[in-house]
Amino acid sequence: MNIHEYQGKELLREYGVAVPNGQVAYSVEEAVEAAQSLGSNVTVVKAQIHAGGRGKAGGVKLAKTIDDVRTYADEILGKTLVTHQTGPEGKEVKRLWIEEGSDILNEYYVGIVVDRATSRITMMASEEGGTEIEEVAEKTPEKIFREVVDPVTGLMPYQARRLAFNINIPKELLKEAVKFMMGLYKVFEEKDCSIVEINPLVTTGDGKVMALDAKLNFDDNALYRQKDVYALRDLDEEDPKEIEASKYDLSYISLDGNIGCMVNGAGLAMSTMDIIKHYHGDPANFLDVGGGADAEKVTAAFKIILEDDHVEGIYVNIFGGIMKCDVIAEGVVAATKEVGLEIPLVVRLEGTNVELGKKILEESGLNITAADSMADGAQKIVSLVQA
Amino acid sequence: MSILINENTKVIVQGITGATGLFHTKQAMQYGTNIVGGVTPGKGGTEIEGIPVFDTVSEAVAKTGAEASVIYVPPPFAADAIMEATDAGVDVVITITEGIPVTDMIKVKRFMEDKKTRLIGPNCPGVITPDECKIGIMPGYIHQKGHVGVVSRSGTLTYEAVHQLSTAGVGQSTAVGIGGDPVNGTDFIDVLNLFNEDPDTKAVIMIGEIGGTAEEEAAAWIKKHMTKPVVGFIGGRTAPPGKRMGHAGAIISGGKGTADEKIKTLNDAGVQVAETPAVMGETLINVLKENNLYETCLTHK
Repeated sequence: MNIHEYQGKELLREYGVAVPNGQVAYSVEEAVEAAQSLGSNVTVVKAQIHAGGRGKAGGVKLAKTIDDVRTYADEILGKTLVTHQTGPEGKEVKRLWIEEGSDILNEYYVGIVVDRATSRITMMASEEGGTEIEEVAEKTPEKIFREVVDPVTGLMPYQARRLAFNINIPKELLKEAVKFMMGLYKVFEEKDCSIVEINPLVTTGDGKVMALDAKLNFDDNALYRQKDVYALRDLDEEDPKEIEASKYDLSYISLDGNIGCMVNGAGLAMSTMDIIKHYHGDPANFLDVGGGADAEKVTAAFKIILEDDHVEGIYVNIFGGIMKCDVIAEGVVAATKEVGLEIPLVVRLEGTNVELGKKILEESGLNITAADSMADGAQKIVSLVQA
Repeated sequence: MSILINENTKVIVQGITGATGLFHTKQAMQYGTNIVGGVTPGKGGTEIEGIPVFDTVSEAVAKTGAEASVIYVPPPFAADAIMEATDAGVDVVITITEGIPVTDMIKVKRFMEDKKTRLIGPNCPGVITPDECKIGIMPGYIHQKGHVGVVSRSGTLTYEAVHQLSTAGVGQSTAVGIGGDPVNGTDFIDVLNLFNEDPDTKAVIMIGEIGGTAEEEAAAWIKKHMTKPVVGFIGGRTAPPGKRMGHAGAIISGGKGTADEKIKTLNDAGVQVAETPAVMGETLINVLKENNLYETCLTHK
């Protein structure tokens, strides 16, 4: 799960990690009030959307006067920002973060991730703040320093010190930098983050080490025990179909094509997309109905697929293990009857109770094309959609 | 022969009285798995399906001599269950549970570091040695006994591969699901190593997917150590970056973990990679023929 920059900063502040003062604003008036109460010489007006690259897209402005704040807030609120992370359709700005300007001396990078190779949490830091860390990793990997954290002890101060020395934080700010990193790790661990990225981390003229930006992602698997984090979820930032799917415990991701897919298992669902592409078709979505799907879930899945106007055909590819083919077949039949399917539907069933499942589909009298294999089904749906 | 489990393996089920645990316990017993006990705290001393239930794993192990444990307990309690099985000293603990927080798994891995227990999973279909022992949620009947080892990050994609092999008369020695989570107990290399040393396994099919670098590391290992032919498949070739494809581990981030990168690295290590999931079996059979192993591996008509 993602949260906004301002929510991330508020969370960091709770853990003693320094962030500039600021306030969230939902309207131009609120933005002006926020700037007045901050009372700083320079005020930053920042668009709050769940995507990076806001600055380049015109979503971050420096205001020198209150009138500037008003002008920029008016300009950015309601604007659709298109960045390299939003996709071509962009994202509408509904919230602003009004922040006091900082007297920046230097910019750095600090991030925390789960390193799969070591199965440990790893803190990374670099002197090359402000730029994309992937770019630094590719061009100058020697400028990224890492500390692997033992889960028994957590991040130790010596590790934070070593990172601070390695990225050349001035000696007089060492204590501040260590406090910053220790706090950051604590947030990661206690809030079940999956990524924490501070880019840039800045040193300031008045002797502070602060997070000028904050990207926090959370482990979806741990949200059951992070109720306060879950409360920060902003549904406006998510695809409505993905939200609907999550209510039924379906894993759904919108794509650009016209063939709706319903598959059980993430690996098979991904591969079904791949094989449709292989036969020159274009999948409209990734949809994993999971292991324990019943007729209700299958119906919900069908409705979600059909809500996408681009969908011109549906491919159901099920290898029943835990999931029985007859249950899937009943779900497909019930859903088809309920929503009145008018586009081609190809169903490939294999696994437990496959014969029973096929029989249910056949006897339904519905216009369902049966497929013998994964490849057969993909070819059939591609040709039906193109016809 | 086989790896990890065989007809003699004594198995206990953690979470045996839950709906999922019980359903799959019955399925496993029908398949012939030697289920010797179950564990549900507070229900010790009772019986279910004729199987004795214990309060603790250590008691279950002491009374039954179990060597393997399978875990069906819900995600919030799964890490604890894995550690309990490890503490009780079973050889292998197979965790089916999906949705365990990653920080829990980091602690589990640290806990298991100097212990003898091997963890398979979590978020995996389990392990099966056809006709001998089925531990997990895979449909048993699609498997046939034979000489091809199967190792995979994905459940249903494994069934797909196994089904293609069995349909073509090529049986399997053991099929191992290592799971779709970013932090798991056993990786490709561990399983490849076991298959390499198993005299009854003649070739291996390895099924990976986008995200992480486990396939790349396996490729490097194969190049250096593997004496048997390996074919591969990578799911998610057309997946967009930055989106989690169902599995917590299946995500392309920071330009890393793409299918193309993995396929290239595997090819460089001499691993033929199936073009589509529909030809995983066919690709393996071609490689068997090239290596004069087809006759040996054709175990069924």
